Amino acid sequence: MKTILTEQQISLTIKRLAHQVLENHLDLADTVIIGMQPRGVYVSDKIVEELRSNLPEKQVNYGILDITFYRDDVRREIKVPNKTDINFSIENKKVILIDDVLYTGRTIRAALDALLDFGRPAKVELCVLIDRRFSRELPIQPDYAGKVIDALISQKVKVLWKEKDAATEVIITE
Amino acid sequence: MTLSTPHLLGIKDLLPSDIRLILDTAKQFKDVLQRPVKKVPSLRDVTIVNLFFENSTRTRISFELAEKRLSADVLNFTAAASSVKKGETMLDTVNNILSMKVDMVVLRHSASGAPHFLAKHIPAAIVNAGDGINEHPTQALLDALSIEEATGGLEGKKIAIIGDIMHSRVALSNIYLLSKMGTEVTVAGPPTLIPKYIKEALGVNVTYDIKEALQWCDVANVLRIQLERQNQPLFSSLREYNLAYGISRKLLESLKKQIVIMHPGPINRGVELDSDVADGNESIILQQVENGVAVRMAVLYLLSQAPTLKGGES
Repeated sequence: MKTILTEQQISLTIKRLAHQVLENHLDLADTVIIGMQPRGVYVSDKIVEELRSNLPEKQVNYGILDITFYRDDVRREIKVPNKTDINFSIENKKVILIDDVLYTGRTIRAALDALLDFGRPAKVELCVLIDRRFSRELPIQPDYAGKVIDALISQKVKVLWKEKDAATEVIITE
Repeated sequence: MTLSTPHLLGIKDLLPSDIRLILDTAKQFKDVLQRPVKKVPSLRDVTIVNLFFENSTRTRISFELAEKRLSADVLNFTAAASSVKKGETMLDTVNNILSMKVDMVVLRHSASGAPHFLAKHIPAAIVNAGDGINEHPTQALLDALSIEEATGGLEGKKIAIIGDIMHSRVALSNIYLLSKMGTEVTVAGPPTLIPKYIKEALGVNVTYDIKEALQWCDVANVLRIQLERQNQPLFSSLREYNLAYGISRKLLESLKKQIVIMHPGPINRGVELDSDVADGNESIILQQVENGVAVRMAVLYLLSQAPTLKGGES
């Protein structure tokens, strides 16, 4: 087991990601943030917190999306769905999808399908805390990446949060 | 986490954790049904046949809609318009349909135990949509979801099941489910419509006084008088039944509290329920119908991984 990011590094990375989002979207007028269930929500919660503290006057539209019913391997292993909560329209909005680790790209493929059931966004961008490049199975790339790492297929990359796990850190295990 | 059973034959075989899983999954499907696109692609490679050997409106439409909302391919079969009329057995009918590569079977039959029989003989996931006077598991599940929404939970709540307990598969499935989830159950109705040893066999309270039951309960689940299953007179007339056991506005107002009224449908208006009660504020009958689609989506979704239809690595 090796630690890739410590708690302090994660918090700095999240601040950077939030600022990169602001750089491209300024006051978030036509932009909505969507966190991916289950574990992307920990990242999106913190990014949205940072965005809101930078834009105290603005309302930041923030929803969460569960893709269980849209997975391409749904029937190989039935998973228990989580809550989806998008209480605003995404029609013609710029959507920023947030997840913790981008690996094969299949989750994001499913998320794009799920998003389209809520409307037709003007644009969709992808923001991830960890990008495991060279392990993609679909042509999907992030627009904002906290840290890019090269890991073997046999290795596992986990983002842990002290709200749920023992401590906040990103680890790689064999 | 998955269900402990490859079929849904009855509530009797389910664990409390199975019931919880189905209800929680149904809540997510209920959200799906509020979206602009009320459909998910989960079962797009699954073919489901609805085999209805007995009449049904609500249950058949509800299952069909649930299947379509999950993107499954749907075959509808009603016995009245089929070779069953020419003397074909149920097993032959089903095997013929299965040889056309069907993955799941939703079965309604007037013989108790018909789905259990099928489950032993065919390699598909079976969902019981009502078998004779035995069980109607999806109805009990949607009733449970409706009770949870109306009262905030199942545990410790008091439910009265009123009317034709004897011939009701809805009553039996409800009693199994509610007992497993820690809900208190009282059955009420005329002595001729309540099985004699139900208290000893199923651990429910029994009363023949409808007002007492209503005064005690949080939710009253009122059942239909099933004349088609009664082959001897069990009460003298529908009018007399209504006067003694029907629920009227006046009766509800004589209670010192608000209760919730449920009915699995179809209602005999003016028999077990008066119209102003069926359409009143305390009635959640139409919410039950709405919940039916979500619950059936959950059941079909959770059963779609039965080993017999595991896709992928073969």
